[in-house]
Amino acid sequence: MKRQTALFIGLALVLTACGTSTPPAEPASVIDVGSLYEPQNLDNAGGGGQGVIEALAGNVYEGLFRLTDDGQVENLLAAGHKVSRDGLTHTFTLREGVRFHSGDPLTGADVKHSLERIIGDGSKSARKGDLSVIKGIDVPDPSTVVVTLSTRSVSFVYNLSQVWIVNDAVRDPATTEDGTGPYKVGTWRRGSSLTLDRFDGYWGERPDNDGAVFHYYTDASALNNALLTGVVDLVTSEQSPDALAQFEGDPRFRISEGTSTTKLLLAFNDREPPFDRALVRRAVSAAIDDRKLLRSIWGDHGILIGSMVPPSDPWYEDLCRLNAYDVALARKLLAEAGLPDGFTFTLDTPNYDPHPTIATFVKSELAKVGITVNIRIITADEWYTKVYQRHDFTATLQEHVNDRDIRWYGDPGFYWGYDNPEVAELIKRAETSATAETQASMMRTAARRIAEDAASDWLYLNPQIVVSSSRLSGYPVNGLNAQFPVYDIKER
Amino acid sequence: MIAYLRRRVLLLAVSFLVASCVLFLLLRLLPGDPANALLPMGATPEQVAEVRHELGTDLPPLEQFASWARKMATLDLGRSLISSLPVGSEIAARLPVTVPLTLLAFLLSVLVAVPVGFFTACRGRTWYGSLIGAASQFGLAVPVFWVGILLIDLFALRLRLLPAGGFPVDGWAHPGAALTALALPVLTVSLVMSASLIRYVHSAALDVLDSDYLRTARALGASFAGAVWRHGLRNAAAPVVSVLGIELATTFLGAVVVEGVFALPGLGSMLVRGFAQHDYPVIQGILALSTFTVLVIGFLTDLVQRLIDPRLRRTTTGTPA
Repeated sequence: MKRQTALFIGLALVLTACGTSTPPAEPASVIDVGSLYEPQNLDNAGGGGQGVIEALAGNVYEGLFRLTDDGQVENLLAAGHKVSRDGLTHTFTLREGVRFHSGDPLTGADVKHSLERIIGDGSKSARKGDLSVIKGIDVPDPSTVVVTLSTRSVSFVYNLSQVWIVNDAVRDPATTEDGTGPYKVGTWRRGSSLTLDRFDGYWGERPDNDGAVFHYYTDASALNNALLTGVVDLVTSEQSPDALAQFEGDPRFRISEGTSTTKLLLAFNDREPPFDRALVRRAVSAAIDDRKLLRSIWGDHGILIGSMVPPSDPWYEDLCRLNAYDVALARKLLAEAGLPDGFTFTLDTPNYDPHPTIATFVKSELAKVGITVNIRIITADEWYTKVYQRHDFTATLQEHVNDRDIRWYGDPGFYWGYDNPEVAELIKRAETSATAETQASMMRTAARRIAEDAASDWLYLNPQIVVSSSRLSGYPVNGLNAQFPVYDIKER
Repeated sequence: MIAYLRRRVLLLAVSFLVASCVLFLLLRLLPGDPANALLPMGATPEQVAEVRHELGTDLPPLEQFASWARKMATLDLGRSLISSLPVGSEIAARLPVTVPLTLLAFLLSVLVAVPVGFFTACRGRTWYGSLIGAASQFGLAVPVFWVGILLIDLFALRLRLLPAGGFPVDGWAHPGAALTALALPVLTVSLVMSASLIRYVHSAALDVLDSDYLRTARALGASFAGAVWRHGLRNAAAPVVSVLGIELATTFLGAVVVEGVFALPGLGSMLVRGFAQHDYPVIQGILALSTFTVLVIGFLTDLVQRLIDPRLRRTTTGTPA
């Protein structure tokens, strides 16, 4: 027993001694970024997930074009871009003097390879459908790429801003990185952190810092604690509104609110009764007080949208008035639909925040007009299999994070099954229109139509909240499409 | 002894096989699809079918089992469906976090529980004896993650003595930094573990203290401490050792939970992520490893018990419980 006691004291001493030692000092001006989204691998066309876009887009990989934080598309690796009169032939001139991290020069062959990767077999890219208009890719000389399309595609350049140009010599982009960006991937400790080291051979402007480390957390409060204790300098996207209180009013931190593209939907199965009728959908939409819901979830953050379009999409228009909160109207619509005493339906609710809270809110709101909601809690995975793939649901709650995703209302095969030939035609014609203005005006009409039809109930738009140390500046406020360029971040 | 060892090793192998099969079947019964984790929303049905084919999850379960069993036979754990990295090396990369965490927490809880359990048994009727007993009851009722959150709040956020979580990017290159990172997690797990262990030690010690042989030893002139040291400890050790094996396995479970709270890149967080993404090879690899470890621990516990208790050695044919 004596020996054990001695050991115990020894261990206690070791642990105490460790408490006072400090971790190794970091070189100056490396930005420590905290995030909940660890990449699954390094390839955005190979199932890397949201995390790989956040850490690598613009930082390690670059496209022919760049999507800026306020939603503009600018030239990046493309120095010039010409479109034929019929809109079917796009000629890109590549920027000169660009090198990959491996030292290989950027050529047209790399661009061709990068595009073929997205549209080819085995592509796990969300852009595969959009870019399937590509009919042919020619490389007449190393600095020119000519892409021919099967139909006009007004979003083509925008879509290209989401395609990374990778070195065609790389066999497995999921594990090996070779981009042209201002940083190269340093060490990746899976489950913990990903280090970006500044690339000294970068063609463009030198970044404002020496590098960045993305620290990954699975637990939002662990992430916030890391910011509170100075382990990370900023949190890319706060997902737990309750946590904001501990940073508010503290001069050490700054909270910025941008607009996200994440729309919280009460999505109906528009194929099946009772939600195959617009009257019923409108009644449900009118019976739910979205403003009260938003306040209870996000406090003073976030906005109401009234349709599937966030303000950063070019065809945004405030449509909240179309399905405003109006219990009397809801009752009237239900009576018109022949359901004066309401009805009962099951709401498939993902088991993670904030969905269960919203489900309870929706249930109590709809009880006021006689509609009974049975909440069924399912996992994210069940949601994909049951709701998204098999369309086996009546109504569901889901966050839709993508930009410009109103187009799914033009696809009757999508999980919510909204089938309106006029909307489908508008969305299709918008894509083949000659100018961005025509496209935007058609998309605005489509957004209005689906709102009038209450195709879904768009409850609110998430805020995009970055909390950072107040010493930092230059980080993206909106972080569109999950990208988080770090090259402009500096410490004062 | 040799016959006993042979029997025991055979039993170990059979248990492991049965456990692996059950595990494989249970995983396939879970609703869901790993393709979902790989594809973004908006993926076409063709893309889904392609990915399933690529992963081999479109094959009948029996075929999947056969190919998995073939690989297992050569100790190949396969590749992750999500990251496409070999599971074996991924697990190896996580061990330097989970193994020290588990062992340190186990060691600390034994070092706390054994003296405290004995002490409370000797002084059961004093007020501090009862207090420690009550405290260990409380420890049993408290979930480990909550203890973690409280300790973070106190030591990291208020006192600023220890980090709130995370593990050094360069691992054990700076042992001081790595140990600092593990200090709070170790404390968390061992606090909860020692609470239950104290109760076992306490009751084992009580049995010994009330025993006739101890009374006889004292009657023969041995001091209290001397009698306990010479006759009591070994007798009390037997039931405690059998529990220790189970406790070590439970410590690993505690570590799994705590890794999430403290953002540690260990096996636990890898397992949780594996489940979320239906990454079968990852889940199977980790669970096969932990099943194996638990079985081996059970095996070693039996051996140690036979060393402590000569009565068990007399029945060479019987399998000790």
